[in-house]
Amino acid sequence: MTIDEFLGALDALDASALALIASASTPAELELARNRVIGRKSGELGAIMKALPSLAPEERRGAGAAVNRVKSVIEAALALRASAVAAGGVIDSARDLTMPARRQWKGGRHPVTVVIEEVEEIFRELGFTTALGPEAETEWYNFSALNFPSDHPAMEMHDTLYLGDDTLLRTHTSPVQIRTMQRYPPPIRILAPGNVYRRDFFDASHAPMFAQIEGLAVDEGIGFVDLKATLTHFANRFFGATKTRFRPSYFPFTEPSAEMDVECRICHGSGCSSCKNTGWMEIFGSGMVHPRVLEAVGVDAERYTGWAFGMGPARAAMLRYGLPDIRLLYDSDMRFLEQIAG
Amino acid sequence: MNASYLWLRDFVPFDLSATGIGDLLTSRCATVDEVVPLRQDLSGIVIGRVVEAAPHPDSDYLWVTKVDAGLGVLHDVVCGASNVSVGTSYPFAAVGTVLPGGLKIEKRKIRGSVSEGMLCSARELGLGADHEGIMALETAAAPGSRFLDVLPVGDSRLLVDVLPNRPDLLSHQGLAREIAAATGVALSRPPIPGSARAGSGLVDPGNGHRATGTGNLAPVVEVQDAEGCPRYMSAVVRGVTVAPSPDWLASRIESVGGRSINNVVDVTNYMLHGFGQPMHAFDLARLSGNRVVVRRASPTEKLVTLDGVERRLDDSMTVIADAEKPQAIAGVIGGKGSEVNTSTTDILLEAAVFDAARVRATRTRLGISTDASYRFERGVDRTSVPDLLAYATEMLVSVAGATSGEITDSSPAALAPRSVELRLSRVAQLLGQPVTREEIDSNLSAVGFWIASGAGDRLEIGVPTFRPDVVSEIELIEEVARLHGYENFSSELRPFRPGTVPDAPMHLAAKRVRGACVAAGLLEARPMPFVRTGDDSHRVRNPLAEDEAFLRTSILDSLARRAEYNLAHTQRNVRLFEIGTVFTADRDADTGAPAEQTHAAAVVLGDRRPAHFTEPRPPHYDEWDAKGLAVLIGSAAFPGADITCVPAGGDLLWTVTANDRPAGSVRRLKLDAPVWAAAAFGIEVDMEALSDALAEPKPYMPVPAMPSMEVDLALVVPDSTPAADVERAIRNAAGDLLESLALFDEFRGIGISEGMRSLAWRLTFRHPERTLREKEIQGRTAKILSALEAALGIRQRTF
Ligand SMILES: [Zn+2]
Repeated sequence: MTIDEFLGALDALDASALALIASASTPAELELARNRVIGRKSGELGAIMKALPSLAPEERRGAGAAVNRVKSVIEAALALRASAVAAGGVIDSARDLTMPARRQWKGGRHPVTVVIEEVEEIFRELGFTTALGPEAETEWYNFSALNFPSDHPAMEMHDTLYLGDDTLLRTHTSPVQIRTMQRYPPPIRILAPGNVYRRDFFDASHAPMFAQIEGLAVDEGIGFVDLKATLTHFANRFFGATKTRFRPSYFPFTEPSAEMDVECRICHGSGCSSCKNTGWMEIFGSGMVHPRVLEAVGVDAERYTGWAFGMGPARAAMLRYGLPDIRLLYDSDMRFLEQIAG
Repeated sequence: MNASYLWLRDFVPFDLSATGIGDLLTSRCATVDEVVPLRQDLSGIVIGRVVEAAPHPDSDYLWVTKVDAGLGVLHDVVCGASNVSVGTSYPFAAVGTVLPGGLKIEKRKIRGSVSEGMLCSARELGLGADHEGIMALETAAAPGSRFLDVLPVGDSRLLVDVLPNRPDLLSHQGLAREIAAATGVALSRPPIPGSARAGSGLVDPGNGHRATGTGNLAPVVEVQDAEGCPRYMSAVVRGVTVAPSPDWLASRIESVGGRSINNVVDVTNYMLHGFGQPMHAFDLARLSGNRVVVRRASPTEKLVTLDGVERRLDDSMTVIADAEKPQAIAGVIGGKGSEVNTSTTDILLEAAVFDAARVRATRTRLGISTDASYRFERGVDRTSVPDLLAYATEMLVSVAGATSGEITDSSPAALAPRSVELRLSRVAQLLGQPVTREEIDSNLSAVGFWIASGAGDRLEIGVPTFRPDVVSEIELIEEVARLHGYENFSSELRPFRPGTVPDAPMHLAAKRVRGACVAAGLLEARPMPFVRTGDDSHRVRNPLAEDEAFLRTSILDSLARRAEYNLAHTQRNVRLFEIGTVFTADRDADTGAPAEQTHAAAVVLGDRRPAHFTEPRPPHYDEWDAKGLAVLIGSAAFPGADITCVPAGGDLLWTVTANDRPAGSVRRLKLDAPVWAAAAFGIEVDMEALSDALAEPKPYMPVPAMPSMEVDLALVVPDSTPAADVERAIRNAAGDLLESLALFDEFRGIGISEGMRSLAWRLTFRHPERTLREKEIQGRTAKILSALEAALGIRQRTF
């Protein structure tokens, strides 16, 4: 038996023993359970321990400790159950202690907020603070300053809700990049969470308003490798150690541009309907800040470089909780929020 | 765009599988969203080898054969094809296989002989119109192999998401160029099946715009709108026979999801998908006046396009006209009137470049998008037009029997070569690691760039005309990074400097308010912020739906709708909050857009806490809960500020103030609610009411060491006297020994006259340094009572 098999058998016993003990409701049943699990003659724990000598000598000490740990957990469970069984369950002439506790209403943050705050927390360790900006913007902040060519197919990626000739509901939180660079000198490291708007019909996977988180770093001596390292670090923290992939992309305000995918959380790369059989899930759009964007806000683009990234927390929330329809996030159904809000 | 695996292999004979090519393209240049295997209706067909064949005893034209299909037993198969021969392999459908078209093979008797399957002809497999017999295969593949694995009919379609800056990738040739660069296999133009020599039947363009050549006079081509049409080439191709395309051509068109129409139209579509050059074939006989004019349309003109729709034109659009009228909308769609049909013998084959913005504007106005307009909008390469026109003409010679081609060209002059400077130091700065000159040279050359000159740090990189996206150094750096491979860059975190930007104060305030609301048992909502009605200044110009055409001015507008949604789903207990943006009546001074404020709001209705067996019907939320939540939210938004709820009239219960400035309101919400619904209360706080909200932290007060004394006062108070006035009077009279004052009871009824109520306060007295004496407090109490009587005419309640 290998050490892995040994520990696996212990784990299995741990789980099955606790279930067996919990199901005993008389002293006799409990005694049977005790014998079956840790009985001297035919106990399952004893059977596993017989394999100890077959392990490599350097592994035996660790294996022995694991046996002791499991044994003490089982003994504690036996003792606890014994006192409950001895009390005849619960009967007290005055009170039935199995009756439910008095509860308070549980409050909670929206799942999208939960994701945003987690993202902020991870990036905070990497020196990012949080910046905000208006949702009603001008074309200049939303498009021109971000190097969107006028009358170009790229604009089709952003079907815009207009408020006036020159004013609109921002289609991304990127205008916050512009406003931040106008106001603060480098080095800059910010996250910009906020709501953005697109002229998309409200259906199972699209909404005309949704949250976005963008990040921006501007400094001397930072490059594409730092962008890649930062996003990779984030993915490993947020999703747990995971495979990532970077592929070319296009955004008017970044060059080079890259999309970062993580291995599909559902099928682990083998392909499923959630990842459209690609085995990957798109998480970040990103890239090096286009020099024209830096120039638009008066940052010396020869001296300073920058990188930026953006993600959709709603998608991450849908992934995390297995939500089939994005509208669940907007309905504010009490039954949904009671379940998911955290 | 759709790409065919086999078509790509016509350009680059690579060894990768379809998914391998998908991964390669995704990592290098354009994401492949899906790889769709084609002809899966043939997946049941296997290779069957005929090992015995004998004439059927009862028939002159049937054969009785034994077929090895790799199963260890031989199948008896009766076959009617004259070309069946021993030792040859054929596509074989065993019993149970379903043929394309739905026929299921069953075991049956033919003239008394059992037949356990079928040897198939090309037609039966949907692979062509071969009636000559069954499909003899020149293959060494073992019997039983899947037919799709052996023959190149099992194409795959790649759904490629080409980025808007890469028009060069909107063709098989463009994608193949990247594959060739990545695999090191040379890129070449596919030979045309059945074509003997390159450029056959072509005549060089003459000096003028009139094509030279033999036979009837070719039309005069005149480009009047050179801005809308930077290059117009045409070839007069005579003697074509319009007919169904040969199989190879039809299958290429079908492999990308197109429909084979006829040999001439299929050639133009081959050029579009194969090389990214949209082309159009006019029936020469149907162009009047022997003239072709590229000009602006006039506002009175109309054209019935190939899709049968009559389209109104205007002078913003470029058209291809004959002497009389438009025959095609430039770069978008051809006209019905000059469409090639089976009686066509001579065609005018157009290969042109139309202005991207013009095509985009035109097709937007007309509300159509075609494969051609999609490519022109993104940019079609001017330089390759002559070559591709020659290639297409050659293909027409091969597939449609054309005998000649005469060419015109509006702008034969070559574009001056363009180059862009690239500094190796800038590459290293932006990417964070250096890339060698040798690598840059070989990678860029592989996709069509060249080093025009350069030494040391500075290189001049020549840019091919099919890469209009590369206009400055930064795009070249992206090329360098992309071709180096994103996966080959380091992902080690490096030290960084902290930034200069502090956290946004509103972000911190929102976090405090959110925490307070969650602790109070409220659930956060993030609803859609559009509302049904509003002021014109809050109207979205192009709303998706009229019932959500306005920006909200209050969060309670949104939360009220959400409460109604819950009631409609029989949720009796609602407690929601939101922190979000509202739009005010003002204009933002900088942007001119409606000014924004961040508000926090909550709505509560129904049970104040969950039912319990000790309290089966918990009390409902009431205005006092709402008032409490207002103070809670206000205090979280403005720490240290004095939050007060001032009774208000109209729809409001209270106006909330922070340091005496209006900061929100508490109201009873009017909902569209069922009769069983409890009363709903709403709270909304303007989180920007105080700009200097963060007060200095309050200094420590010593924890009291001396005991306190409590006195309860029940007073009879007229309804017209506010409790707040009584409290103020008590505080004034009690002096600084009064530590706290709490209203703990209200009573109306027996013993209290009409228009009056009994209010009871608990007064807590404490001296910081000594124990209070009973007498001392009695004295204070008497003083308070006399002050109350004097100031407000209020007396102690007598029992
Ligand atoms: Zn998956």
